[in-house]
Amino acid sequence: MNDQLYQDRIVSLAKAKTGAGKLASPTKSARRDNPLCGDRVIIDVKLDDGGKISEIGHQVRGCLLCQASASALASVAVGRNAAGIEKVRLDAERAIGREEGEAGEPFSAFAPVKAHKSRHECVLLPFEALKDALS
Amino acid sequence: MSFDVAAVRRQFPILSQIIDGQPVHYLDNGASAQTPDAVLDAVRTYETTGRANVLRGVHRLAERATEAYENARIEVADFLSVAPMEIVFTGGCTAAINLVAYSYGSLLKPGDRIIVSELEHHSNIVPWQLLRQRSGIELDVVPVTVNGRIDLNALPRLLTPRTKLISLAHVSNVTGTLLDVHAVVTLAKTVGAKVMLDGAQRAPHGPLDLAAMGIDFYAFAGHKAYGPNGIGVLWAKSELLEAMPPFLGGGSMIGRVTFAETTWAPPPRRFEAGTPPIGPAIGLGAACKWMRTLDWNSAHAHEMGLVERLMDGLQKIDGATLFGPASTQNRYPVVSFLLDGVHPHDVAQTLDSFGVAVRAGHHCCQPLMDRFDLDGTTRVSIAPYNDNTDIDALLTGVQHAARTLR
Repeated sequence: MNDQLYQDRIVSLAKAKTGAGKLASPTKSARRDNPLCGDRVIIDVKLDDGGKISEIGHQVRGCLLCQASASALASVAVGRNAAGIEKVRLDAERAIGREEGEAGEPFSAFAPVKAHKSRHECVLLPFEALKDALS
Repeated sequence: MSFDVAAVRRQFPILSQIIDGQPVHYLDNGASAQTPDAVLDAVRTYETTGRANVLRGVHRLAERATEAYENARIEVADFLSVAPMEIVFTGGCTAAINLVAYSYGSLLKPGDRIIVSELEHHSNIVPWQLLRQRSGIELDVVPVTVNGRIDLNALPRLLTPRTKLISLAHVSNVTGTLLDVHAVVTLAKTVGAKVMLDGAQRAPHGPLDLAAMGIDFYAFAGHKAYGPNGIGVLWAKSELLEAMPPFLGGGSMIGRVTFAETTWAPPPRRFEAGTPPIGPAIGLGAACKWMRTLDWNSAHAHEMGLVERLMDGLQKIDGATLFGPASTQNRYPVVSFLLDGVHPHDVAQTLDSFGVAVRAGHHCCQPLMDRFDLDGTTRVSIAPYNDNTDIDALLTGVQHAARTLR
């Protein structure tokens, strides 16, 4: 066996399900589908008057990587605006080798995905949905 | 009856390689099958001794190329038990279905109806939707049963005098279920509808007798049938091909071109505009010839024995369920399954770490996934060169995924 991808930190992030579920009355929502694999993410956010996220909920019909990414994103999203989320995305992209530099927490957990290019979009799909929700 | 799987495996060089210290357990044949020496040799012979364009050249290389290309057409025709002039080489199975949708479709009138099923691959749905947008035909959909078979009991009530074509998968690329072609043809005749079969998943499992089946169109892909990429086949009855206008325009498909008027070549050239995929066609001819060297009674028994081993093993794994019939009757060796609490892509990724190649996801059958409210399935698709070690490696990987990912 050559099992490098599903390391404990990724599995733990997915199982934590941080922010899983829908919000009762979100300020904005967005859905993103990956037509290649069929993964689907719906993100709800509540925004404060300054445009910062005060609450986030996600519904993921997708793989463990997508679930782990949504969970990780939800764990750091509150208090951030769109620009702040872009900085978090940079961390995720660093972890999977799309950007140079060291990834911060919790996205360093996604470093094993770097070698699996076909799975990069699984990690980035929640970011795409949140970007749409904040735009 | 015994089947010498080791002798078959030896003909497929890719299967003997080691990747990251692991043998190759290739169970993604429904997506693309592997290629035997006979095909590789035929393509290499063309590329190294006869590479030239076909039909127009007078030099010796052109004559060799043309002869090899037309011989490939004969090999494919023999494999399907039809006349060579009824074989149209296309870019693939999708291209073949699109050819029919465009060309035969242009003969249809607004309000005419075409029937497909709920389990079709997108390539047997979207071309008809595009035709609907172009010409106002109507599309009807036969539902599937809970076992993943096309529900032929529901077909009669969809038939109308305006039904012109029924286009269905010969074998499902998700459930492996075999269509009852005789029943479909019998029903189609009651309203004078034509029948087209998407043979992508059936053709890789042995020769066919299309003439005896009573159908009108058949399409399949070369790369799923041990041939090269970039080649597919459309077979249609000659009187249909004669009546159909061209799909693509260009060289080779013409009779005479003037600015005032252009006439068309007779079939099959009418539908092979431009330089065709010569090498891939020659490779596919070799693949069809190679398939005819196998004893398919024993090859099929071997394949279905592996399906039984797979289904037995999956049933012993907690949380694993089959999607599709649990029987080996009226099916081909394509098996989809679900692992409770683990996404199909994670199952497939885990299997890759065991050296096992499978496909996971919606399999280009989103309407079928929607029907059963599924994200996708993990699909095992078997070829004659697969053996017990492939199935056992897969089962070990599924057990590992069940243990670690939920």
